[in-house]
Amino acid sequence: MSASWRPTASLDLLRQRASLLNCIRAFFAQRQVLEVETPLLSQATVTDLHLDSMVVELHDSKRRFLQTSPEFAMKRLLAAGSGPIYQICKAFRRDEAGQRHNPEFTMLEWYRPGFDDQLLMAEIEALVCTCAEQSDNGSSDWAVSGFERISYRDLFLSRLDIDPFAASDQQLIDLARQQTASDHLTLSRDDALNLLMAVVIEPALQAPVFVTDFPASQASLAATELTDDGHRVARRFELFIRGMEIANGYLELTDAQEQARRFAADNQRREQVGLPVQPVDEFLLAALASGLPDCAGVALGFDRLLMLISDRQRIAEVISFDDNNA
Amino acid sequence: MASFSTNEIKPGMKVLLDGDPCAIVDNEYVKPGKGQAFNRIKLRNLMNGRVWERTFKSGDSLEAADVLETDMSYLYTDGEFWHFMKTDGSFEQFPADKAAMSDALDWLKEEESYVVTLFNGNPINVMPPNFVELEVVDTDPGIKGDTAQGGSKPATLSSGAVVKVPLFVNIGDVLRVDTRTREYQNRVR
Repeated sequence: MSASWRPTASLDLLRQRASLLNCIRAFFAQRQVLEVETPLLSQATVTDLHLDSMVVELHDSKRRFLQTSPEFAMKRLLAAGSGPIYQICKAFRRDEAGQRHNPEFTMLEWYRPGFDDQLLMAEIEALVCTCAEQSDNGSSDWAVSGFERISYRDLFLSRLDIDPFAASDQQLIDLARQQTASDHLTLSRDDALNLLMAVVIEPALQAPVFVTDFPASQASLAATELTDDGHRVARRFELFIRGMEIANGYLELTDAQEQARRFAADNQRREQVGLPVQPVDEFLLAALASGLPDCAGVALGFDRLLMLISDRQRIAEVISFDDNNA
Repeated sequence: MASFSTNEIKPGMKVLLDGDPCAIVDNEYVKPGKGQAFNRIKLRNLMNGRVWERTFKSGDSLEAADVLETDMSYLYTDGEFWHFMKTDGSFEQFPADKAAMSDALDWLKEEESYVVTLFNGNPINVMPPNFVELEVVDTDPGIKGDTAQGGSKPATLSSGAVVKVPLFVNIGDVLRVDTRTREYQNRVR
């Protein structure tokens, strides 16, 4: 299949893209959040089991990672006393291509010192609704404030009648296999939860909803806490609109030692499953040790927000050139 | 045998699933931001036409199926098998059994060209051309001059297929028929 030289997005869509960028910048300017830029290439990268970084060679003995998100660098700015900051930048993820994925995509990420996850969710909702209203093309009837918030546990209970904390590994794995007609799949507990979330639950989340209190095993860079009924949950949330994941946020982990422990644990798991062990970002750990202000932060898929606002089904339709003709 | 990674699987590719050859209908990449990536793959089982949907972990691979679609012309039937011959000049012949013939049985005509799907060298499906020209062997007598719209009657074609035709059609007429919709197109002679 030979790709065309022509853009995958229409020119009209590119104009909508430009006005969405303007809208976001105006939103943050009004709230006095500083726009920043951080390097796309860095010496260290994420250790996440399911995020694969791309490597760039600067010269024979010097390699850099293309960032999968600007999180580490932005946290270093926060630790240096930047105050509230946001960034609109490219992020890169190896092997991610599909209807809603492009290996190179645009991310909006922001951090709010002094905010907790609840306050940040309210701000995300304000941003999304403001920009959807301003685009005003009649396809954003979902953009009505008062987005529902539901815990991960209640979501699984209501949609699948299973408790994602109390159920055994085998119960979750069996359910995931059964729901996807795929008996052959080898799944871990978190794989099963992710599969149920992505394939069964997510498509049904049409009206905007924040899913909160993820299992601690999926905390990533979020703070965790013990609930009243004894489950450890992450102060992590995700926003879904029209069956699509739009944003992922945290009440940020500020404890350098805990962060170092999670990096090491990730790398240990990577080694077990035959993935390369990643260099740990010592700059981030040093910044955390010197003191990251209590803050909440979120990464929002800019391209996906544009897909929603313009009512497009494929990411290729909202970016100038997709992976096939870049 | 070669295999394909879920990342490279595209519609039209032929793979083996549970031992059966399947054609890829769709491959959807699904990945929660921080979680394991999956591919939801829709496949049509070429042995029975059923469409399956299966989920794989991204990066898993599926075995390629030795499936080949070839133009062949129909020769004859011995009652148990239908015999076809390659049209590439090799004169190589292949017997197709009844299961493979389900799409083509109604539209058989000697020397007509069919697309034969071979799996490990054996015909598993025979597709008729989109249009065939067949003679009417039985129908009620034609009504002269009635070429206006409205009114149809059943007609039996030389292949055995029964299709609806306009009232003016007579036994001995040769008709062009769309094999996908079973619809009469026009009278050839």
